[in-house]
Amino acid sequence: MSGPSSGCGFLMSVVVHGDLALNEQEKDLNQRLRRLYPAVNEEETPLPRSWSPKDKFSYIGLSQNNLRVHYKGHGKTPKDAASVRATHPIPAACGVYYFEVKIISKGRDGYVKYMGIGLSAQGVNMNRLPGWDKHSYGYHGDDGHSFCSSGTGQPYGPTFTTGDVIGCCVNLINNTCFYTKNGHSLGIAFTDLPPNLYPTVGLQTPGEVVDANFGQHPFVFDIEDYMREWRTKIQAQIDRFPIGEREGEWQAMIQKMVASYLVHHSYCATAEVFAKSTDQAVHEELASIKNRQKIQKLVLSGRMGEAIETTQQLYPSLLELNPDLLFMLKVRQFIEMVNGTDSEVRCLGGRSPKSQDSYPGSPRLFNSPVHKASSSQTYQTGFDSNYCNGVSSSKGHTLAHSHKSCPRTMPSPELGVLNGSRGQQTNVGAEVEMEVDHFSNGVSESSSNGFLNGSSTHGIDLEECDGDMEVDSAQSKRQLCGGSQAAIERMIQFGRELQSMSEHLRRERGKNSANKKMLKDAFSLLAYSDPWISPVGYQLDSIRREPVCSTLNSAILETHNLPKQPPLALAVGQAAQCLSLMARTGSGSCAFASVDDYLH
Amino acid sequence: MMACLLEAPLRISVLSEVTATSRHYVDRLFDPDPQNVLQGVIDMKNAVIGNNKQKANLIVLGAVPRLLYLLQQSSSSLELRTECAVVLGSLAMGTENNIKSLVDCHIIPALLQGLLCSDLIFIEACLRCLRTVFISPVTPVQLLYTDPTVIPHLMSLLSRSRHTKEYITQIFAHCCKTPEHQTVLFNHSAIQNIAPLLISPSDKVRMQALKCFSVLAYENTQVSMTLVNVLVDGEQLSQVFVRMMQRDKPIEMQLTAAKCLTYMCRAGAIRTDDNCIILKTLPCLVRMCSKERLLEERVEGAETLAYLMEPDVELQRIASFTDHLVSMLADYFKYPSSVSAITDIKRLDHDLKHAHELRQAAFKLYASLGSNDEDIRKKITETENMMDRIVSGLSESSIKVRLAAVRCLHSLSRSVQQLRTSFHDHAVWKPLMKLLQNAPDEVLVMASSTLCNLLLEFSPSKEPILDSGVIELLCSLTQSDSPALRVNGIWALMNMAFQADQKVKVEIVRALGTEQLFRLLSDPDTNVLMKTLGLLRNLLSTRPHIDQIMSSHGKQIMQAVTLILEGEHSIEVKEQTLCILANIADGNTAKELIMTNDDMLQKIKYYMGHSNVKLQLAATFCISNLIWNEEDGSQERQDKLKDMGFVDILHKLTQASDPNLCDRAKTAMQQYLA
Repeated sequence: MSGPSSGCGFLMSVVVHGDLALNEQEKDLNQRLRRLYPAVNEEETPLPRSWSPKDKFSYIGLSQNNLRVHYKGHGKTPKDAASVRATHPIPAACGVYYFEVKIISKGRDGYVKYMGIGLSAQGVNMNRLPGWDKHSYGYHGDDGHSFCSSGTGQPYGPTFTTGDVIGCCVNLINNTCFYTKNGHSLGIAFTDLPPNLYPTVGLQTPGEVVDANFGQHPFVFDIEDYMREWRTKIQAQIDRFPIGEREGEWQAMIQKMVASYLVHHSYCATAEVFAKSTDQAVHEELASIKNRQKIQKLVLSGRMGEAIETTQQLYPSLLELNPDLLFMLKVRQFIEMVNGTDSEVRCLGGRSPKSQDSYPGSPRLFNSPVHKASSSQTYQTGFDSNYCNGVSSSKGHTLAHSHKSCPRTMPSPELGVLNGSRGQQTNVGAEVEMEVDHFSNGVSESSSNGFLNGSSTHGIDLEECDGDMEVDSAQSKRQLCGGSQAAIERMIQFGRELQSMSEHLRRERGKNSANKKMLKDAFSLLAYSDPWISPVGYQLDSIRREPVCSTLNSAILETHNLPKQPPLALAVGQAAQCLSLMARTGSGSCAFASVDDYLH
Repeated sequence: MMACLLEAPLRISVLSEVTATSRHYVDRLFDPDPQNVLQGVIDMKNAVIGNNKQKANLIVLGAVPRLLYLLQQSSSSLELRTECAVVLGSLAMGTENNIKSLVDCHIIPALLQGLLCSDLIFIEACLRCLRTVFISPVTPVQLLYTDPTVIPHLMSLLSRSRHTKEYITQIFAHCCKTPEHQTVLFNHSAIQNIAPLLISPSDKVRMQALKCFSVLAYENTQVSMTLVNVLVDGEQLSQVFVRMMQRDKPIEMQLTAAKCLTYMCRAGAIRTDDNCIILKTLPCLVRMCSKERLLEERVEGAETLAYLMEPDVELQRIASFTDHLVSMLADYFKYPSSVSAITDIKRLDHDLKHAHELRQAAFKLYASLGSNDEDIRKKITETENMMDRIVSGLSESSIKVRLAAVRCLHSLSRSVQQLRTSFHDHAVWKPLMKLLQNAPDEVLVMASSTLCNLLLEFSPSKEPILDSGVIELLCSLTQSDSPALRVNGIWALMNMAFQADQKVKVEIVRALGTEQLFRLLSDPDTNVLMKTLGLLRNLLSTRPHIDQIMSSHGKQIMQAVTLILEGEHSIEVKEQTLCILANIADGNTAKELIMTNDDMLQKIKYYMGHSNVKLQLAATFCISNLIWNEEDGSQERQDKLKDMGFVDILHKLTQASDPNLCDRAKTAMQQYLA
């Protein structure tokens, strides 16, 4: 008599299976929503994923993860109508939004099959069918009419019944709505829709059951094809944006922006050549640019001690006036010591610091603080791919790969020539030539930044690889402070100094949680036997040098009354900000105008 | 050469205006030094680019024959020959007159000859010029097929370069106009050669390749059936076409891909319920009808859609509710709009040019939409001013519009409800009658077919049409050479005679004339014969009418009936004839025509024992009428027929397995018992 037990086992397994299926559906849903609505920031404006158990009339019953709706009222008169809204309103950043409802049962015989699918604003009476009231819109199955905030409908489409799949598409660019029946578009139903509408369904017949699909399953209607059309339209609009009579002005402005960007990031050679060929003046002395370049390179190569020293020499009062900045630099220095890259520990480790800069990459393209997390993430990817010629060598696991790619880059001597004799016509030629090689290597990025500065980058890469190879061949694995005992002692001593500096700062200037966290995170590195693979190991990544570098650079520029951000980065930031503002104010076209599409 | 010389008078008249520089360019072509000739051609090339006047001048001055001579001379350097081809290509880019002059100078065979050269650059220059010449409407496409070696050679050149691909596919796409052209191209492996170009990286090549498939597949079952099995890079061709219909693709590409799938579907190569038709092609074509599209695109979209769904009611239903198509089409009638007249002349001109095309396309699509479904017809007639538009369309000057309008009317006339309401309210019979007076056959066929429906018994338009002298018109149609017109003519008369007044019937018989009536009874077209018998049957209904007609035409009618019953005819024809006989047997005096005709009675006896139940039924019905009790002389007839053995047959038939036949025989037997 094994019946009962096996039956029980079967039930259990069904439940487990159900859970798995649920997770699978959840994954599908998230994936589909991300693909359909990439511009939506769900932290700000979550997408509808199910019907809301809180926002419905009592005659409505929900089941199947709040996706199935059934009617449980009397269904005698219109007073028995009942609706339910989705959990969230449709975000404008969708651009085009779509959901489908499948009619599972048209309800008991002997009743008129009142059933409405549509949209309504928050607060619209739920004891009604969608479409009957102000800010409520619906398409009804019994007569195929559309109801636009009115008790009387307009002839719109065919009727619908059991087995039909009805889709509702909201175009947030022109604020219209159309429905679909079994994958066929029925044409515009409503225009001039208000913002922040919720998917809504209303029933009025006992036995009526409908299922919603907010992206849990593939849609019957090809909504992605419709979206493609609108993406093309919006992009054509951007491409054809009239600049009118100001064409010359336009060009001059772009040139100015590029020049200021180059100067900001201290690409002196390129900046000078660019300024010359476009007939512009450079608003900063060349020597000053060179100084900033020198400091940046030190920071980016992890030689913080030298960087701080040089800054103090060249800009004596800067760090004195900015103790928080100094503190940040020192914390970074501590991290670099752990890393074994700071000049102080390098000396102790028996490796003389290279006279050549060893930071591989150019500063990050746009690191303006204006960026939202999501957008800067994309920049980072772009940045990473810049690294395929060996920059990632500081990450242990990619070392082998980096070595291989090194020989393909330009030999380092070229670099010296280039940096040493900037401004001369021959070198411009050399640079261009190198650029060509650079491209033929197939590792280049297409951004203008990569183009103009890529060559020097490559020269340094090789240097960096050499350095790492040396470290690697000498020591089988990464070690604290490069493995030297003396260096470790120096690091610990430096840590103590840092601690007291922090206390001093707190006394002088009050609590600063950012500083506190920074120090805590840095010290945490010592809590692990292998800091590189620890949860706080990300700090050791060379990418982390960039914000430090950029903050220092901006501080220096500010003291010279120059903008702390290049106008180009500012413009990009502004564009990104503008798009998120559009999303917030309900302009759907932001969905198809990603800044990233224009930054390659 | 000859053709160029013929233009001499023109040359003189224009000569005065020709500038000295133009003459100088031509003169240099005759320089003894080949190097100078080459430089001359190059200079000429630079001079004619974008300069239509210069082009015309050079043609008038006879540059073309000289250029062709240099191009064909094997002693010319390859560079010179190439430059000549380039200049000729440039001249072809001018006006249609330029093209005419070039074709008259036999440029086509010369350039085709040039394709035999091994040099790719030269070949490309020749192809480019050929392309420009062939895509002009003034060039006879037949010139591509005169030399049978040309097509295979073009096929072999196809894959040489991006340009050969583009030019050759463009030539094919423009020069494939008849089923014969399709067959020639198909037999030279056009499909296999062109299919890979559909995924070419060049937009132009892809587009031209796609156009090739649309012209190859049009109404061609062989091509369509082959296409469904073609794979392009491992993907079915239909899927490649579906991808080309994506909404972000150029409109021309979407439309042409939809045409390809439409033609494949109509040829039976793709089912109408296939997703690529129902969910992709149909919505794509509906989109092409939208106001956002260019007028040309809207015309092509509507025509293709009409063609796609013509035979399939499900597609018609889907289209009828897709994107408000029915009301979207109403917009086709608003050109030129009042706005376009005000804004600018150019726009007005453009609108005027397309107005006819738009209207006929909309009528065609309405006709296709409404051909089966009553609800759709109702939706169409309820569209704003629809009936008025049809009425005015019937009398438009453009034959294309008239034909499409009458097709639309015909489609809607299949609705009983519409015949009773909107058709009568708008007196559509008036313009229809007018149209029938003087129109080409294709219009007449549609119009007369529509008239058949309007003459149905329940149609309120029947009376006014009768009063308008339609009988003469229909009788003249029955004398047409076209079987379709003869059928429609006699069909309309048949409908008209159904339950008609004595007066109408007499008028029909008079107007048609017995001679014509009997001619129609021996018509080679079965349809004509059937409808003629139907007419006779309708004429011979109700006793007084039967007696009246039989008294005047009895002899001929009995002859005709005999003839048909003795001839080789289908069961349906014979059944209809026996029914006529049964009607005759129902007359008071007419009966005697049968009773006194022993031969006929033997025939009826024969059919009562026929293996086909329908014929047995009709023959029994006839006998039943003859022996009917209540009429004068029934006793004699009963006796005579009894003597002839009919009672025995009837008795046998009361045991028949067919219940109708059995009943009929029993009813007849009762006449004897009473």
